[in-house]
Amino acid sequence: MISFKNVSKRYPDGYVALNNIDLSVEPGEMVFLTGHSGAGKSTLLKLIAAIERPTSGTITISGQNIAQLKLGAIPYLRRKIGFIFQDHKLLFDRNVFDNVLLPLQIGSFENHMMVSRVRAALDKVGLLKKEKSMPIALSGGERQRLCIARAVVHRPSILIADEPTGNLDVDYARDIMAMFTSFNQVGVTVLIATHDASLLEDTQHRVLSLKQGKLAA
Amino acid sequence: MIRAWLTQHGFVFFLTLKRLISTPVTSLLSVVVMGIALSLPTGIYVLMENLQSISGQSINSPQMSLFLKSDAKKEDIDKIKQRLEENSQVVDFQFVPKDVALHQLQQSNGLTDITTHLVRNPLPDAFIVHTLENTPEALDQLQTVMQKWSEIEYVQFDSAWVERMSALLKLGRFVVLMLATLLSIAIIAIMFNTIRLQILTKRDEIEISKLIGATDSFIRRPFLYFGAIQGLVGGVAAWAIIAFGIETMNKELIELVKLYSFDLSLKHLSLEDSISLLLFSAWLGWLGARLSVASHLWQIEPN
Repeated sequence: MISFKNVSKRYPDGYVALNNIDLSVEPGEMVFLTGHSGAGKSTLLKLIAAIERPTSGTITISGQNIAQLKLGAIPYLRRKIGFIFQDHKLLFDRNVFDNVLLPLQIGSFENHMMVSRVRAALDKVGLLKKEKSMPIALSGGERQRLCIARAVVHRPSILIADEPTGNLDVDYARDIMAMFTSFNQVGVTVLIATHDASLLEDTQHRVLSLKQGKLAA
Repeated sequence: MIRAWLTQHGFVFFLTLKRLISTPVTSLLSVVVMGIALSLPTGIYVLMENLQSISGQSINSPQMSLFLKSDAKKEDIDKIKQRLEENSQVVDFQFVPKDVALHQLQQSNGLTDITTHLVRNPLPDAFIVHTLENTPEALDQLQTVMQKWSEIEYVQFDSAWVERMSALLKLGRFVVLMLATLLSIAIIAIMFNTIRLQILTKRDEIEISKLIGATDSFIRRPFLYFGAIQGLVGGVAAWAIIAFGIETMNKELIELVKLYSFDLSLKHLSLEDSISLLLFSAWLGWLGARLSVASHLWQIEPN
């Protein structure tokens, strides 16, 4: 599903975020990516969605080499991926429903299909009753769940989450992890970056550890 | 597929209308500015069209009038006829006897009162001559020749007026073209700036849309719709300004022409011209938006 071969990323200022990474994630797998802040977790996730381009190496997503992807093809790659951003990236000028609607509008879905999909996604994350609320009126945990609803509403085959439990208390974090597990159970490939060691204590899933741009064994 | 496409375009259309209505003062001001800018060249164009239709057909077919001496007899008239037939410069001519001329004068508006008071017919017999060439030089030459004929009192030749009229119309067309060009550029510049500001305020939305897979055309679309719709509304405003102007002028003209018992009113923009105006203004708005989007959107790349 996702495979990195000799992937390095050096930023224009000379900082090397990733150094010769090899990794492979199977379809339907759930993988944790851990490491201190600045270890390169976010960079690695951004490379998958072509938000950053690698300096060298090849990245293959469902058989497609995205290091050589043309600019015009990037939107279609991103539609296969549901991305939960560390800073949420919600639109504060529109309500909860319209925030979740956006990926469907972008993906040219039909009108009648959109409404039921949005409601289904909101129901899954427990925000159905708040569909008319503005994001500013939501708590931190609710915003995180809104971000998840937006990431899954178009039913992507890959779900990527960057610090999804960042500032949440333990109960909230556990709820959110349960959601990811349930998405994974219906066949979605899930990749979660976190520095929260408590999430990983009793996980049966694979844990990849990044240290200064390199994968630790 | 088509339904999804329609859904998307319908959505953007209503979103754009919502955006226009959500900032009523700004939108209204832009529309008024565009309307005034467009109404200026279009208004002059309308006046010129009216001037051209009032000034009549004589512009394109110059003609000479040969007035005979008032004591001209049948033989004199025949002599002139023969000479005109022989002249290679004359394409066609028409004899207007004095009685017919008087009758025509009585028929024409505004002069009925005057002609009924005439004791005798003051008009001479005349020939109306259409010439082969219509260059001022050729006409002048012909005029000199005919003026020498002893039966002729006077050769009237309206080339000077024709020339002035067509020169005036030519100048008018040039002014319209120049104004239209300059003001079109102004409208494009206004729209360019409006869209630039919109892009700045929608930075987050653009960035997030790109992050979740929006194509460039998806991101461009609302801005292009905005430009085209605002341009169209600006065109409607221009049309309304011109219609109002013509109505007002016609009211004034009615007073004026009453005094001369004369029938004259200005015509509105034709249907074709109205449609052209609206399409052109929509296109200008679209173009301004397109240029703005092309020069600003690429700067917003998520990272």
